[in-house]
Amino acid sequence: MTGPGQGLRARVRRWREQWIAVGGLVLIWLLLWGDISWGNLLGGLLAAAAVLVFFPLPAVTFDGRLRLRGLLMFAGRFVVELVWASLHVARIGMQPGYTPRSAIIAVRLLVPTDLNLTLTAEAVSLVPGTLIVDVDRNGGVLYVHVLDVRAPADIATARKEIRLLERRIIAAVGSAAELRQVRSVPVDKELP
Amino acid sequence: MTPPAGTGPLAPGQPVAVDWALSPIAVADWLGAVSLVAGALLSLAAAIGVLRFPDTLSRMHAATKPQVLGVLLLLLGLSLRLRTLSDLGMIALVGIFQLATAPVAAQMVGRAAYRSGRVDRRLLDVDELAEP
Repeated sequence: MTGPGQGLRARVRRWREQWIAVGGLVLIWLLLWGDISWGNLLGGLLAAAAVLVFFPLPAVTFDGRLRLRGLLMFAGRFVVELVWASLHVARIGMQPGYTPRSAIIAVRLLVPTDLNLTLTAEAVSLVPGTLIVDVDRNGGVLYVHVLDVRAPADIATARKEIRLLERRIIAAVGSAAELRQVRSVPVDKELP
Repeated sequence: MTPPAGTGPLAPGQPVAVDWALSPIAVADWLGAVSLVAGALLSLAAAIGVLRFPDTLSRMHAATKPQVLGVLLLLLGLSLRLRTLSDLGMIALVGIFQLATAPVAAQMVGRAAYRSGRVDRRLLDVDELAEP
């Protein structure tokens, strides 16, 4: 049961989220047109209102906070891994007579919120030799295709890399409780 | 009439004056050119990977990683050479959408390929999605 104060707070939060969405959409609209004028601003507001009215999305529960240090660590590591993974895939793609073997592994995330699942899945797809094949949203499990498996150790490494990636995302945008949760579990621990 | 300094024929022994001082604009132009070539090469490597990899899932790797970095490098090169604010905004948008949509597209294709059985099991060492 929700009291009147709680309902009000939820409504205020929903309003705030909607205004952030409108701001983001208007910004994208202005960037698309390439210059800032009253006409473009008005057009952007109309487009944003239309998007939010006709294509409403479920509310994202974001109760973490942005941490600059975590964001920089994540971004820096992300760029390094993107470059490394790209060169790796490009190399095995062009290596003559080499057929890479692969594996599909299940990785259970520590924090199974929609936001964390989405961010981790996006980052995993872009980063180190891994690609999402399927997602179990209720269980918070990512099924990941790992390219170029040469030994069983490669699979263990990929599993650990994904857990470290999730940690970096939580350190960048997670809530304090989530951060405590991921820090209390060692990286090598297998989740049931 | 004497020609302006520096344009006349060189006297023997006279050193050739070369302007080694690089302006920031020249540096940006060169870095932009290098990024454009590197991006184009990575996109080429991605295309070769898509052709040569044995199955759909492996091909999606080639279609996401080197291709995304290739596009990002092309955009970096473009922004270093264009250097106007409105172009930078558009380039930033292209980059953000590329990063946000490429994994989604790859996942949709990968899942469709897996569920319709277009997976070469001889190439898989482990498949934890098939196990109950």
